[in-house]
Amino acid sequence: MKKKGNKELPAISTASLPDVIFMILFFFMVSTTMREEEVLVKYQLPNATEVQKLEKKNLVSYINIGVPVTHMQARYGTAPQIQLNDSYKTAKDIGDFIAAEREQLNEADRAFMTVSIKADRYTKMGIITDVKQELRRANALKISYASREAESL
Amino acid sequence: MAGGNKRKTPDINASSQADIAFLLLVFFLVATTMNTDKGLIRQLPPMPPEDMKVEDQKIKTRNVLLVFVNAQGNIMAGDQEMDIYGLKDKAKEFILNVNDEENLPEKEEIEIEMPDGSKWNYEVSKGVVSLQTTRDTNYETYIQVQNELTRAFNEVRNEVSMAKFKKEFNDLNEEEKRVITKAVPMAISEAEPRTGRKK
Repeated sequence: MKKKGNKELPAISTASLPDVIFMILFFFMVSTTMREEEVLVKYQLPNATEVQKLEKKNLVSYINIGVPVTHMQARYGTAPQIQLNDSYKTAKDIGDFIAAEREQLNEADRAFMTVSIKADRYTKMGIITDVKQELRRANALKISYASREAESL
Repeated sequence: MAGGNKRKTPDINASSQADIAFLLLVFFLVATTMNTDKGLIRQLPPMPPEDMKVEDQKIKTRNVLLVFVNAQGNIMAGDQEMDIYGLKDKAKEFILNVNDEENLPEKEEIEIEMPDGSKWNYEVSKGVVSLQTTRDTNYETYIQVQNELTRAFNEVRNEVSMAKFKKEFNDLNEEEKRVITKAVPMAISEAEPRTGRKK
């Protein structure tokens, strides 16, 4: 080993590795949000080109609509379900759901509450319309049809 | 540091720092989601009071563009059938009514206050696009139609904004956006679905 001309390659210093990892970590901490609920329905959002970003995540409530996930299908079948919070509900429960969500916001923000409808692209309009009618009845009028941004249809 | 003291504090071994950082990273990867909240934003009409009569909301037929999507995904706009690609231009023609034609919507001149305090008179279209579906219409088709209608309104807004501010709508500031939004309101009405029953 100590012979001349047989120089060993110096080991690459890994001292900066933690820094690199920390940088990636901070990137993820900033750009992601905590998962708030378990999604119990399978949905594939429809594509749209004219989407707008929803500001202020804390003002947004979610309604998921789609076919139950595989491990729930034994109990609930494969008909599309409406998921509010952590369980399957019917359109009739939306009024209570909205009231509860509204209660969590402070008074000034209540007018800006948005309901994001995350529905599977193969859902029929009937169920969506029921949800919309209930939202109107609950006076939650600002809604967003969650879609994936696409360059063209 | 301490002059005479020959004993140094040994360096803390930092080689496991990377592992700790990795663990944290993995935790955040698993426990969080990316911010992907995008969608078509709409304002629903308030629920009419129970005792309100239907006649109260009568609008002239020339001011309404009826877009109907049936269960097979066929689209009807006005009284002609069309595919999704023609819908945007049809809606634009309806909103703009460039030549003030008889069968296209009326316009009403309103005064809009500009950010610099001056007034701007603009003929705002009274047209409303009414989107109707059946209960069996596919949600995806519905979103596509909504998307095309939104695109029509956005393009009209862009044109008006270009003419007024020499800038695209998205590059305007809040005040200017408010002006354009007033001049070109997003008039898409989402009525209840048609029931399968015959009239």
